[in-house]
Amino acid sequence: MVDDVSVSLAEGTLTGILGPNGSGKTTLLRLLSGTRRPSSGRVRLGDRPLDELSRREVAQHIAVVPQETQLAFEYSAIEIVLMGRHPHLGLFTVEGPADLRIARDAMASTGTSALADRPFDQLSGGEKQRVVIAAALAQSARLLLLDEPTASLDLGYQLEVSALLKTLNRDHGVTMAISTHDLNLAASICRELILMRGGRVIAAGPTHDVLTPENVRRLYDVEADVHVHEDTGHITVVPVRRLHP
Amino acid sequence: MNVRKRITIVVLANAAFTLAVLLVAPTVGSTPIALSRVFDQSMPWESNVDAQIFFVARLPRVLSGALVGAALAAAGVVLQAMLRNPLATPFTLGVSAGGALGAMIAIALGLDVGVLGVTSVPIASFIGSLVAIAIVYGLATSQKRGLSTNVLLLAGVTLNSFFSALILFVQFIADFTQAFRAVRWLMGDLDVGSYSPIVAALPFLVCAFAVFAILPRTLNLLTLGEDVAAARGVEVVTAHRWAFFSASLATGAAVSLGGPIGFVGIIVPHLVRLMVGSDHRVVLPAAALFGAAFTVLCDLVARTIIAPLELPVGIITALIGGPFFLWLLVKKS
Repeated sequence: MVDDVSVSLAEGTLTGILGPNGSGKTTLLRLLSGTRRPSSGRVRLGDRPLDELSRREVAQHIAVVPQETQLAFEYSAIEIVLMGRHPHLGLFTVEGPADLRIARDAMASTGTSALADRPFDQLSGGEKQRVVIAAALAQSARLLLLDEPTASLDLGYQLEVSALLKTLNRDHGVTMAISTHDLNLAASICRELILMRGGRVIAAGPTHDVLTPENVRRLYDVEADVHVHEDTGHITVVPVRRLHP
Repeated sequence: MNVRKRITIVVLANAAFTLAVLLVAPTVGSTPIALSRVFDQSMPWESNVDAQIFFVARLPRVLSGALVGAALAAAGVVLQAMLRNPLATPFTLGVSAGGALGAMIAIALGLDVGVLGVTSVPIASFIGSLVAIAIVYGLATSQKRGLSTNVLLLAGVTLNSFFSALILFVQFIADFTQAFRAVRWLMGDLDVGSYSPIVAALPFLVCAFAVFAILPRTLNLLTLGEDVAAARGVEVVTAHRWAFFSASLATGAAVSLGGPIGFVGIIVPHLVRLMVGSDHRVVLPAAALFGAAFTVLCDLVARTIIAPLELPVGIITALIGGPFFLWLLVKKS
């Protein structure tokens, strides 16, 4: 559950949402994507309240990448990516050359062009996640919401996907909000952080101001060393021990 | 290849095959007939045995086979996508069991109130289906806002066994002749006897297929999961509602016409997917057409294999379908 939360995602930013299990990260993302409606308060996209838009209109502006995608039937990677065009197509419209070009561009920028005709189910975890991100990009949305996109991936794929997200944000100007348990991932790619616990925001702001040992303790009851690299400014978080309050 | 071209090619190929089957099937049977005599206007109808066999015995049977096959195969595709379960059939949600119970009651009570040439059994069967649809939908929407596919599935499976128990009870209290008729009906038989039940079922099937026409791309997205579908712009609850009612209506109409003919609704969708992939814009029309041809062919076998005896088509589809279903299970696991 989420209570008394006020957040804003500025155009062009890459915001991390951190918090322990059950802190409301996923609920916040669902509220932001409009798949769940707030019982009080409102979510605005630009200056338009989200609940005044149809699902189709929302999907033209906001795309979502889930933690994992399970198919009930077999589709090729390009079919999955083309499904991202759904909110832009009419009831009986079939994807045209323009849609195919958008899908191919999305696959090129996620490094998945070579996988286009492979069955999605036969791809590795990292490849799947990159294809799903390509599908979200093909949706031509201004805002991409990612729910723990690296949680089910091994270290190599985690780096692959996080590097991709950073590139998409920097070079393609895609605004993103990403929920994660990985503090170092968040530190390396997110410019802004939102820290959540018990359904409330306990801190929010630029990563350098927010990712402090006190905040990590308040967030997880964990004592941690936070190092800032002198030259590059990179932040690394090393958890030390669990505190029992 | 682009999507439009694929849809066109697959649909045309299936349409050609189905048309060929529909043209040939009424000319084949245990009694040889000559087409020249069938369409010979100079002979009086009463003495033209060939024309009587063609127009009274075979043509209604072929037409009802085509409609029933198309409806069951398409309903199977829609329900499998909506429930995200490749093993779902048009009979999974209890509609056919409701239809069967309705038919059993009409048979056991010896009801004989035809409306516009349609006899009481198909009417009672259709009413039974509508009752089952209402119960399942009521249960699935009672727990929370929206429509839970999990509850839908559980309610359907439970209703299936409950109705089956009632069907057994009705058969038990029925007399010998009625029980025999009841068992025959449950086997699934396309020997409809006249054009009236076909004409009566047609409006419902047309409504169901009109909804099927707008569903395919939404079904593609639903198979990725409800959350993904919603994030891609699908109104999930609305889509579930349309899919459930259209597939159920098609099933109810098909069962009222031919009885619960098994396996068509699962074999055909899977065969079609094996041939053309999973894009529902291709699968749904192809399955409807192929389902029509498949059912008419099975019925052709049923009519001729131990001629002059005519088997109910349900026996043939079950003989092919049972092993196919097992093969599918083994292949999936």
